Amino acid sequence: MQIELTVNGAPRSDEVEPRLLLVHYLRQRCGLRAANVGCDTTSCGACTVLVNGRSVKSCTMLAVQAAGQEITTAEGLATGGEMHPVQQAFRQEHGLQCGFCTPGMVMAAAGLLAENPHPTEAEVREGLEGNFCRCTGYHNIVRAVLSAAEDMSA
Amino acid sequence: MSILGTRVVRTEDPGFLTTGAVYTDDVVDERLAGTCHVFFVRSPIAHARIRAVDVSAALESPGVIAAFTGAALADLPPLAPPMPDLVDGRMAQPLLARDVVRYVGEPVAVVITEDTYQGEDAAELVSADYDPLPAVVDLAAAADDPPSLLFPEAGTNVTATFGDASALQADLFDGCEVVVSRTIVNQRVAPAPMETRAAAAVWGDDGRLTAWIPNQGAQGTRGALAAMLAIDPSSLRIITPDVGGAFGAKFGADPEHAVVCWVARQLGRPARWAETRNENMIAMTHGRAQRQTITIGGSRDGTVTAYRLEILQDSGAYPRFGAFLPALTILMAPGPYAISRAEAVARSVVTNTTPVGAYRGAGRPEATAAVERAIDMFAAEIGRDPAEVRRVNLLPKFTQPHRTAFGAVYDSGDYVTALDAALDAAGYAALRAEQARRRAAGDVTQLGIGLASYVEITGAGAESGAPRENATVEVFPDGSATILTGTSPHGQGHATVWAMLASEELGIPVDRITVKWGDTDLIPEGGGTGGSRSLQQGGVAVRQASLELLEVARERAAAALEANPADLVFEPERSAFEVAGDPDAAVPLAKLAVEERLVVRTVFIAPGATFPFGAHVAVVEVDTETGKVVLRRVVTVDDAGTVINPLLAEGQRHGGIAQGAAQAFLEEVLYDADGNPLTATFADYPFLSATEVPSFELADMATPTSYNPLGVKGIGEAGTIGATPAVQNAVIDALAHLGVRHIDLPATPQRVWRALQDVSAGKDA
Repeated sequence: MQIELTVNGAPRSDEVEPRLLLVHYLRQRCGLRAANVGCDTTSCGACTVLVNGRSVKSCTMLAVQAAGQEITTAEGLATGGEMHPVQQAFRQEHGLQCGFCTPGMVMAAAGLLAENPHPTEAEVREGLEGNFCRCTGYHNIVRAVLSAAEDMSA
Repeated sequence: MSILGTRVVRTEDPGFLTTGAVYTDDVVDERLAGTCHVFFVRSPIAHARIRAVDVSAALESPGVIAAFTGAALADLPPLAPPMPDLVDGRMAQPLLARDVVRYVGEPVAVVITEDTYQGEDAAELVSADYDPLPAVVDLAAAADDPPSLLFPEAGTNVTATFGDASALQADLFDGCEVVVSRTIVNQRVAPAPMETRAAAAVWGDDGRLTAWIPNQGAQGTRGALAAMLAIDPSSLRIITPDVGGAFGAKFGADPEHAVVCWVARQLGRPARWAETRNENMIAMTHGRAQRQTITIGGSRDGTVTAYRLEILQDSGAYPRFGAFLPALTILMAPGPYAISRAEAVARSVVTNTTPVGAYRGAGRPEATAAVERAIDMFAAEIGRDPAEVRRVNLLPKFTQPHRTAFGAVYDSGDYVTALDAALDAAGYAALRAEQARRRAAGDVTQLGIGLASYVEITGAGAESGAPRENATVEVFPDGSATILTGTSPHGQGHATVWAMLASEELGIPVDRITVKWGDTDLIPEGGGTGGSRSLQQGGVAVRQASLELLEVARERAAAALEANPADLVFEPERSAFEVAGDPDAAVPLAKLAVEERLVVRTVFIAPGATFPFGAHVAVVEVDTETGKVVLRRVVTVDDAGTVINPLLAEGQRHGGIAQGAAQAFLEEVLYDADGNPLTATFADYPFLSATEVPSFELADMATPTSYNPLGVKGIGEAGTIGATPAVQNAVIDALAHLGVRHIDLPATPQRVWRALQDVSAGKDA
């Protein structure tokens, strides 16, 4: 099937197999490999991207369902060579170790802050419940998101 | 000002955060052009004789290039168990099962396709006929009353024994006023790194194999892979891409890695494999999996005088590192306590379950969980505060090495101070007061306070001798530097910390220092990263190489400045040598690399392992009607000696605490009675999420070790070791006034509720 969509601000048109998952489309066809595949049950969130600004697990969506939508991946979050405040906060607060969950976690956090710019710690934890991290114990991820929220409203 | 001890943010992060790290499945390399994709067909039965495996239908499926069964690989040696002098060598795993399958998930065939979706389709078309055999799942029965033998030729399911059970002293507990004994479970858990296993392999025209494999030490992976492929290690190059977590389970190489390399050779084209999470949950090694009988005795004043630990270790279907775990558990059996009479024995048995390997802490968390449970059961029996019983029995502070009855030599320790610091930070007295209030009021939600004191071993040596690691430091004419290390980070941040250590000595900014690891052609030797060894050996080697490099540079500087080497001082501020008292007579370090390479390789050898210690306090709320446990606080003191980068050290503690806590009240790998895995996906396995833990409260304590010039010990596993028993003890403490004396790991709502039902029915719990 032919799909037309926008990926990180650039229009694309591709012929895809109907069963192709969005995450595989992004990784294999677009060469955008920041989003990772961490499970096969839509549990871990390592593949999270933004679809029209809302965070979506891209293993749960077919590429054909993304037709006509605007997709943003971690590669597209920085602007003008400057990391997004969420990315900067993850670095500053040591919110990542092995990095595998990180692109998905960052996109989930960006989506969360778009919906709720001033979350409490509990709201951050609930908002990221669908994104697994094995390294950080979530401690510094939560701090990073709270810190990014402050930075973005400053 | 020294950069050491400061919160330097990681140099590797910008790439990780923007384009993402490059894991094995992300690798784009021209050598891998035209790759095929490997899919494993795995046994759906725990124990069976294979009658036939038929790949003919799969071969007709679109995109299928080839398919192989175990017969095709019959010439290759099996994956030999580690520690051949300890473990029964007949219990080796063939790369693909041939005659018998011994666990659900054991690979029996491979299908190779042009693209990945085709492989998933075709793998379903492989049909296999099995004659089921009785499955050995129950650990206790596996040894003494087995429904079958996994390896009839061995005549037993016992693969290794540690200590002489017949020599246990009948009078060990004579004279004790109180003796408490119980058989407890340290359950099987899944390491579950976020990145599953993977491989990419290609054979060059020169006959050499290049393999990209996520691992914890490329050199060990090279050795393991070469053995399975029956090739010389020198004809194999391992390249380590970024690694998405490992937790002990990515050391060495697994049969699947060897099969992918074999396929690439067989088909004469590159081959890749990316494991699914389902495969990962049933076929990557699991961790822990011990049944422990603990017996503790002492007097009513709180003094513990005797302790016995008897271990039954589940090795899974094939003995891997898991079979050896009891050796580490026994080594650390008495923990930080001065117990005058202690003994420990173990047996490792094979069962029809996924093989067991190392998992964060590997043998030491099991030791700590056992003795910490024992101390609490003893305290409950004599009706004394568990903090007080610990204080009475902890070894007093020592600064000279202390040898235990089990042969461990603790480098230094100050356990009482660590415990008191943790209790202070937690506000222990106030917590007990709040607990008393809720108990008196009969609240539905009861408060539990759990303690764990621990000492662990980090940076233990290889079998071949003292702990050691190499490092190479090279300074370039442009003022940059490169470090080669034999350690292998997968989240720990060596790229940043190793650069800090070199920067401190050489005066080169951290962002101008590149750290490389994990390529066996570039770095042929190295011990990798595991057992919390990296900083105290690899990091110390970087410092040592930097200092040795300065001595080489000093001679060159002396010649350049026509001065006596002894009259030169190195000024890190300007990264230059200058003549003492004459700063104008100076030569930059970088300039000394112009005419001749300025490079030093060195090996740091440690006098022995180090023994970090600490204390954890966990606070939980337990709903006495539903059994639900909510973890409210974890307060820890983790003394791992001098801290080089507090930001990263804290990160290691956070992650460890979370994994330890998860074992205490959530995570467990389960099988049914036939050996079918019940936790084979992330939808079934209760992986810890952000809502299930609080932020952690870390108190600082840093007692430098004399075993290396940085004074550092390992911090990677401490959190895991302390947190599990602290949280478990807290759950039981919450219900102690109702008569609950023990709840096995993990303290799920069902187990907690059952314990409460049992005590209210007058049964022992």
